Amino acid sequence: MKKDYQRPLDLRSGRIDLNHGAGGRAACQLVDELFGRAFDNEFLGQGNDGALLPAPPELLEGGRLVMSCDGHVVSPIFFPGGDLGSLAVHGTVNDVAMLGARPLYLSASFILEEGYPLADLKRLVDSMAAASRAAGVPVVTGDTKVVEQGKGDGVFIATTGVGVVPRGRVIGGAMARPGDAVLVSGSIGDHGVAVLSRRESLEFETAIQSDSAALHGLVGAMLAAVPEGSVHVLRDPTRGGLATTLNEIARQSGIGMHLEEAAIPVKPQVDAACELLGLDPLYVANEGKLVAVVAPGHADAVLAAMRAHPLGAEAARIGSVVADDHRFVQMATRFGGRRVVDWLTGEQLPRIC
Amino acid sequence: MKFVDEFRDGALARGLAARIAAEVQPGRRYAFMEFCGGHTHAISRYGIAELLPPQVRMIHGPGCPVCVLPIGRIDLAIGLALERGAIVCTYGDTMRVPASGNLSLLKAKARGGDIRMVYSAADALKIAAAHPGREVVFLAIGFETTTPPTALAILAAERQGLANFSVLCCHVLTPSAITHILESAEVREYGTVPIDGFVGPAHVSIVIGSAPYEHFADEYAKPVVIAGFEPLDVMQAVLMLVRQVNEGRAEVENQFTRAVTREGNLAAQRMVAQVFGLRSSFEWRGLGEVPYSALAIRPAYARFDAEQRFGLAYRPVPDHKNCECGAILRGVKRPADCKLFGTVCTPETPMGSCMVSSEGACAAHYSYGRFRDIPVRVEPAAEPVQP
Amino acid sequence: MRKTISVELVPDAEVGDYVIVHVGHAIGRLDAEEAERTLALFSELAAEEATAAGAAAEAALAAAR
Repeated sequence: MKKDYQRPLDLRSGRIDLNHGAGGRAACQLVDELFGRAFDNEFLGQGNDGALLPAPPELLEGGRLVMSCDGHVVSPIFFPGGDLGSLAVHGTVNDVAMLGARPLYLSASFILEEGYPLADLKRLVDSMAAASRAAGVPVVTGDTKVVEQGKGDGVFIATTGVGVVPRGRVIGGAMARPGDAVLVSGSIGDHGVAVLSRRESLEFETAIQSDSAALHGLVGAMLAAVPEGSVHVLRDPTRGGLATTLNEIARQSGIGMHLEEAAIPVKPQVDAACELLGLDPLYVANEGKLVAVVAPGHADAVLAAMRAHPLGAEAARIGSVVADDHRFVQMATRFGGRRVVDWLTGEQLPRIC
Repeated sequence: MKFVDEFRDGALARGLAARIAAEVQPGRRYAFMEFCGGHTHAISRYGIAELLPPQVRMIHGPGCPVCVLPIGRIDLAIGLALERGAIVCTYGDTMRVPASGNLSLLKAKARGGDIRMVYSAADALKIAAAHPGREVVFLAIGFETTTPPTALAILAAERQGLANFSVLCCHVLTPSAITHILESAEVREYGTVPIDGFVGPAHVSIVIGSAPYEHFADEYAKPVVIAGFEPLDVMQAVLMLVRQVNEGRAEVENQFTRAVTREGNLAAQRMVAQVFGLRSSFEWRGLGEVPYSALAIRPAYARFDAEQRFGLAYRPVPDHKNCECGAILRGVKRPADCKLFGTVCTPETPMGSCMVSSEGACAAHYSYGRFRDIPVRVEPAAEPVQP
Repeated sequence: MRKTISVELVPDAEVGDYVIVHVGHAIGRLDAEEAERTLALFSELAAEEATAAGAAAEAALAAAR
C-alpha cells in the first residue's frame, strides 16, 4: 500500500456529490486540488478558515477600509466574453473601485449543486483565478457548500472584496452637484445582450461579447489626472443598466440630470439585438463600464485620461447634472423630443448578473 | 439598420414638425386617438408630443391588450395554476396585472403556482410537449396581430396530437374597440368624446388590412390614417390627419404603404377564421361589456379551449372606485386627472388597466411624460454638451 | 445577426425579402419600393418646410427694407 496516496479528482468526468460539501476528506480534496491550485497564493496557503492580512499603507496614514459583497447567479454560466467566475471577480473588484478605493483582497463562497460536472467547475475556477491574477487581487479565503440536485442552479458564487481609500477621499452617490458633467466609459448594453442572446439562441456573425472587466486600473488613471475632489461619483451600471444607476445617483444626491441620447455610445450590433429582443439599451446590464460625475472644470481631463486607457477608449460625455427637486433624469432624444428616463419597472431580464 | 434608422431621422422629424405647425389652423384644436401599443410607445420613447404644435393632442386609446384584460380573466388563469395545478404560460407584462385577492400571476408564482413567462404561443407548445403528464395552458391575449400565432399553435397542437395543451383565449378585436368608444352608453356619462380622427394601428393593420376601417370613416365621419410604428411614420400620419380635418374629409388613408395593403394578410386571416369564432360579448377592462369584440375557440378545437376543458365560469370583478381608466381610455380624461395617478397607482403598484403595461396611457405618461406636469426648475448646463 | 423565426403566416416570403416580425413570427412582407417612396415623401415634406421658411424669411427681409 503506497503511503499518502490519494486518488486525484476525476476532473474529466467526475461530478460534485454531497461528500464534497460534507467537510471530510472529499471536501478537503476538492479545496486543495481544485480551488487551492487555481487561486494559489500565500494567504490561502496559510491553510486556516480565515486569512491573516497586513494593514495597507494608506490605512496607516489615516485612510479608510472599504468592503463590498456580491452574489452571482448568472445564467447561462458560460457566455461570450466571460463566465460566472470572472464575473464574480470583476463585479466585486469594481464595487470596491467605485468608492475610489484600491482593491486588495477577495473572498469567495461557492454553493455547488450536486451533479455539477467537475470539468465545468475547473473551467470556471480557472477563469476566476485568471481574472483575479490579471486584476492583481488575490482570493485569500473561501468556502464550499453542496446542495441537493434541484436546489441550486449549477453554481452560485458570492464574493466579498476589501480595499482601502486614501485619507480625505470622498467619492459616493450623494456627491453629485448641479453643473457637474456626466461621463460614461464606453458602450452600454453589451453584457446583458451577450447573455440574453446566448439564452435566446440568437446568432451573430461576430458574437456580442460581454464587457466584463476589472475597472480599478481605469479608475486609478482617472483619479490621477485631476486634483483630489474633482471626481464626485463613480458607479458601475450593472443590473438595471445606465438608467437605473443615473436614477440612483439623482435620488441620493437630490439632483436631476439632462442627457443627450445622441452622445450615449451603443454598439450597432447591440442596438440591433435590442431592437429584435424588444429591449432598451439604457436598462441593460453592463459589467465593465462605469459612470463618472465630475466637476465641470475637470471633465475634459478625466475624459482624456479615460480615452487613453484601453477600457475607456469609447468614453463619452453624455450629459450634465442640474438642480431638480423632483430628481428626474431627462433626455433629449435623437429624434428631437424630450423624455424622462425613469426607473426600471419590474424585471426586464432574469438573472444576468 | 435598414428600414429602421431612416424612419427615425431627427432632421426629417424637425421638418415634419414644422410642416404640421404650418398647417394647423390657428385657434383650432385637434385631438387624435391612437390605439396601438407600438404607437403609444413610439410617442413616449421619442418624445413626439413635444415636437407637435400645442393645438394637437394625442390621446392613448385602448390599444394595449394587457391593459384591457379584465381582472376576472386573470383570476381564471391564477385559479388554473393554484387550484388545478396547470402550468400557465403567458407574456411578460400579463404577470403584473393586479387581480382579485391582492394577487397577480407574479404573486401567484411566488405562492407556488407554476407560471411561466413565454415570448410566444410556440414556446407554450414546447413546454406542453416536454411535460406530457402536466396540463399546460397558454393565456392568449392580444389584438389581431397575436391571434394568428395562437391559431398556428392550436393547429400545431392538433397535428402533434398533444393531449395536455389548451388556450385560455382572450383575443380581442380592434374595430370593435373603436366602435364602442364612439357609441357606448358611457359616452353619456363622460361627455362627448372629442376625437377628430384616428391613427390606425400598425401591426394589426398588416394582418387585417385597411378595409375594416372604411366603416368608421363612412359611418362616423372620422378620418383614419394607418401609420407605421416608427416615429416618422406617426408624425406623417398626424400631418395627414390634420389635412383631412382641415379639408373636411373623412377617409381611410394608408401611411404604412410599405407593409399594409387593403386586404391585409389573407393567409393569416384564413388561419384565424379556421380556429376562432366571434363571441357575442366580452368584458373589456375599463370599457365594460363590448358586443362582438372578442374571439372564442371553435367547437372543432374545443379540446384546446381551456374554458371548456376545465369547465371555467367567468366572474366579472369591478375596478377600484376611484380608478379613471374608463374615462382615460376614451380620451375624456388624462392620466394626471386621476386621483390615484402617481400616488396609489404607479407602475410598481398598478391599480387599474392603464398603468399595468408599459404601453398603457398612464404607464407611458408616468415613465416618459409626467415631468411635463410638474414645473421643473431647469438650470442650464455649465458647459454645452459635446458628444 | 440571425434569429430563427416562423414564416408560416407569410408563405410566399422568399430569401432576401424584408419582413415585419412580431412574437417570433413574420406577419407581413415589407415592400422595399414603398419604403423608399415613403422616405422620399418625408424628405420632400421636410424640404418644403425649409423652402417655405426660406421664402418667409426673404419676405420678412424685403418688408424690413
